[in-house]
Amino acid sequence: MNWDWLRSNVPALVDATVDHLILTGIAVGVGFAISFVFALVIHRDRRFYGPLAGFSGVVYTIPSLALLAFLVPFTGLSLLTAEIALVGYTLLILTRSIVGGLDAVPREITEAADGMGYSWTARLVKVDLPLAVPLIIAGLRVATVTTIGLVMVTALIGEGGLGQVMLRGFNFRNTTAVYAGAAVTVALAVVIDLGLVALGRLATPWTRRS
Amino acid sequence: MPYGSVTMPQQSPRASTVEFEHVTKHYDTKAKGTPGAVNDLSFQVPAGKICVLVGPSGCGKTTSLKMVNRLIEPTSGRILLDGVDAAGRDVTELRRGIGYVIQQVGLFPHQTIGENVATVPRLLGWSRARRRERAEELLDLVGLAPATYRDRYPAQLSGGERQRVGVARALAADPPVMLMDEPFGAVDPIVRDRLQNEFLRLQEELAKTILFVTHDIDEAIKMGDLVAVMEVGGKLAQFGSPAEILATPASEFVARFVGADRGLKRLSLSRVRDLAPQPADTARPGDDAAEAKHRTVASSFGYLLLVDASDQPIGWIAQHDIPPAGVLDEAMAVPMSPLLHQRATLKDALSLLLDADVQAGIVVDRTGRTLGLVTVDMIAAVMREGEHVVPEEPHPADEASDEAAKEPLAEPA
Repeated sequence: MNWDWLRSNVPALVDATVDHLILTGIAVGVGFAISFVFALVIHRDRRFYGPLAGFSGVVYTIPSLALLAFLVPFTGLSLLTAEIALVGYTLLILTRSIVGGLDAVPREITEAADGMGYSWTARLVKVDLPLAVPLIIAGLRVATVTTIGLVMVTALIGEGGLGQVMLRGFNFRNTTAVYAGAAVTVALAVVIDLGLVALGRLATPWTRRS
Repeated sequence: MPYGSVTMPQQSPRASTVEFEHVTKHYDTKAKGTPGAVNDLSFQVPAGKICVLVGPSGCGKTTSLKMVNRLIEPTSGRILLDGVDAAGRDVTELRRGIGYVIQQVGLFPHQTIGENVATVPRLLGWSRARRRERAEELLDLVGLAPATYRDRYPAQLSGGERQRVGVARALAADPPVMLMDEPFGAVDPIVRDRLQNEFLRLQEELAKTILFVTHDIDEAIKMGDLVAVMEVGGKLAQFGSPAEILATPASEFVARFVGADRGLKRLSLSRVRDLAPQPADTARPGDDAAEAKHRTVASSFGYLLLVDASDQPIGWIAQHDIPPAGVLDEAMAVPMSPLLHQRATLKDALSLLLDADVQAGIVVDRTGRTLGLVTVDMIAAVMREGEHVVPEEPHPADEASDEAAKEPLAEPA
């Protein structure tokens, strides 16, 4: 370990971490928004499940390097290219978890809600979604941790956050940089995962008292 | 803690008539006569009455119920609430005016008991303060202390408690009609019996029009002012009062469905006070024994009933135990006959009599005063000729208050 390098590169590591977080945040945020719309469409009309899940599934199976290589001619070595790929990989996990969460609401609860005169939207907002929270959070955790890992790969097109640090480490035979990049990434994933767990608990106070 | 006698916000109880007019529901994808289908169903429920839809599974009773609040739309026919076709009303507005209780209760696990109860008032846009007040009032009404239960979540309640909350929630906006789909089906028999009695007692005050689905004929007889027996294929096999259904089943199917013991079941619809008690030979301690013996020998019964100064029974003296001279004494009397309160059902009375040595029960009034005797023969006569007994009206009320008076209503958690 080269401690001098580490000491003098703390600001760079912090910058890379922030970049990494931004790349992850955009990917999961946009991915969640798109998946949410997909899930609502499916929830409203089951016939859309096949096409939408199929699309997300196909995107998910494309190897990340291949997808980046495919996108570069169209969108260049840019943030947009990185995000298209990153967002694409969240769709399958998030769409499935939101649909799964909505489906898991017990039938007697939806029936009671309908019978008492909830409109479709009111039931969705007040009953279905709150009860879907545990599964949605589970999906968000998987999607976020996966995305934190995938962001590394986008270093190849000039993005990558902490992936950049590691990539340069490989190129300059700087093992300290490689280890530092990896360690901070792992720490980031763990912290964010725990944060999501905490968020899930905050959003479901009824599951704790019994 | 007993049910509070909380008065409802309006002065007179609100209730609608419910009318089925040639209601039919076919499921196209399946063959005709499949489970859940309903075939040309017509009946009328007067305002404030409980009508029980009863029948084997697949007879369309739940389908019929769900067509009232339009969770299922009929293929043809009309359902009228107070003469207005339900199909013509806005569906959410219609449902907010109909209380709905289902077997699995369907409480919202993410809301507190107070929020659950205030569901329909919230949908109707009541103020927070009014909702809270209403929720507390209703929790009181169903025997759950608001301070204890209001802020709990459904998962923290027992099955019976959840069922009470379900009833409170259905009553929240004081709907004129209630639909109850096997509301007491998921609790154990003891709790069920108690919930039934409490509900009947509550209904006495609320006088809602209630459609009640069950597959249990005993529950139907107990809960219903009217019973609609349905058979598979969604046909109405018989519609009438519980007494009519038991006394004169309209078909072989109804007879089989109500069971071979329908004579016995009918006994639970009549009470001791519906019988004219036989006068008993009575005497008081200190009366002349010779005269009493003479009277007893003259009667065919062979026993003398000793009563005290306020006519409360002390016990029997057999004819041969009466001394030829002197006076009667309390020590001669043997208390071996069951006391029958006027409000006891004939079924309970018969059971007591069969257990006793003397098959004559002493009928007493509220103060314990002797009114006369009821014998097994008299009850058997009722069983043979049910149509001669006038079932009292309304029958469920007394029983409910009886039960309510003797049972602790807060169920052990």
